[in-house]
Amino acid sequence: MLPRSADPAAGELKFRDPPTARALTGALARLLAQIGRAPVAVMHVCGSHEQAIAKFGLRAVFPRGLDVIMGPGCPVCVTDCPEVDEAVVLAGQGVRIATYGDMLRVPGTAKSLADAQAEGARVHVVYSVAQAAELARTTAEEVVFFATGFETTAVATAAVILRDPPGNFSVLSAHKYIPPVMEIVAEMPGTRVEGFLAAGHAATITGWGIFERFVDRHRIPVVVAGFEPLDILAGLVKLLEVIHDGRPRVENMYPRCVTRDGNRRAQEQLWKVFRPMGGRWRGIAHVPNGNLRLRDEWAHVDARRRFRIDVSGLWDEAPPSLAQHCICGDIMAGIASPTDCALYGKECIPDAPVGACMVSSEGTCKIWHQYGGHPDLRSVG
Amino acid sequence: MCLGVPGKVLEVDGLVAVVDFWGLRRPILLDLADEPVQPGDYILNHVGFAIRRIPPEEVGQTLALYEQLLRETGDDIMAADVRGEIHATGGTGDASA
Repeated sequence: MLPRSADPAAGELKFRDPPTARALTGALARLLAQIGRAPVAVMHVCGSHEQAIAKFGLRAVFPRGLDVIMGPGCPVCVTDCPEVDEAVVLAGQGVRIATYGDMLRVPGTAKSLADAQAEGARVHVVYSVAQAAELARTTAEEVVFFATGFETTAVATAAVILRDPPGNFSVLSAHKYIPPVMEIVAEMPGTRVEGFLAAGHAATITGWGIFERFVDRHRIPVVVAGFEPLDILAGLVKLLEVIHDGRPRVENMYPRCVTRDGNRRAQEQLWKVFRPMGGRWRGIAHVPNGNLRLRDEWAHVDARRRFRIDVSGLWDEAPPSLAQHCICGDIMAGIASPTDCALYGKECIPDAPVGACMVSSEGTCKIWHQYGGHPDLRSVG
Repeated sequence: MCLGVPGKVLEVDGLVAVVDFWGLRRPILLDLADEPVQPGDYILNHVGFAIRRIPPEEVGQTLALYEQLLRETGDDIMAADVRGEIHATGGTGDASA
């Protein structure tokens, strides 16, 4: 069966407003011609953007020479092996682990939480951190919320911690903060990225003003965009306009959700509970200030300070041998595509993922696998 | 996930609202809401918390994408993420369907 998005007839129907879509894609082609060189590469950092781009077959309508690359925008995927290891070790110690569903199959050094579960550990899937706190209320046992995600989920973790959760509840934070990793990508030697499309709902929290310092420092423009196919096209048009006029700045193309200052109430709670700290993102690099850890005053809900977590026991267990061929890191850094990976769609599929990018619904590999990835309608006429 | 989901506020009791998402009622926590929320308002829900009150004039445009997604059947991952988001209850009320 053809992936849906590779069906040209379906592609026609996907825009709610085809004339506007045509006008926007026409503008993209014109601007690219005016810029006068190709390829021009821009990066988005959001799994939902990639879902929409792939689902609605947008790469098929981008002009040739415009590369829209997904960067480290999958929070599940960038959760590093040692962080998964900590959760696996805690689960092995008899602590109940609650976490978001996608985290179960993300590989650690030797095993995933799903492997730990198969060995008898109790791992609970929750939709919200509030459910994890609720779970703690129903038991006398220790419940640890393995907290992953960017600022949009970190604010929820902060709010629950500030709600005075039960004494047997604690948090193992693997939360990550997006703005610092954009700096890493911008500074990567040989980076081709000339502009960023920032994710609308993360910017709902942080506000678009947060990107001004980044633009000043790196002279790379940032455009905040929504998730409708037309929102994404309009965001890209604005990004090419700014690249063309050579005056790097932040533009907000999603004013119905994003303001300059963002959600201050949420930010206050975020920074009351968390502090930024350097740490590794899986496959990317050490990211200064890229991780969110609990501040000292919340030591009593910090699983790292409440339990002795010794992950060294896992180091003796050999990682799955296929994992050494996985190129998730390069994919998340935006320097490789899923189709560059020898395992993609063969040994590595959603039902039997080798790498994190095939596990999560926000991982590039899983998204491409479902939607046909890079449908190029130009090549099928 | 990065995609929040909009819903209509039916009731507010302190920091908990009952919110309607296309017929499914869920308790949503208001601790993070950027502005006071009242019945009749639309909010953007993310993992059981309202992270934004959607200005009334922007509601229609905001709902369109989701209505398109919710018509999807089967294992579409974007639609599944949206449904997952809708099921993300605040966990403190008894209004879950």
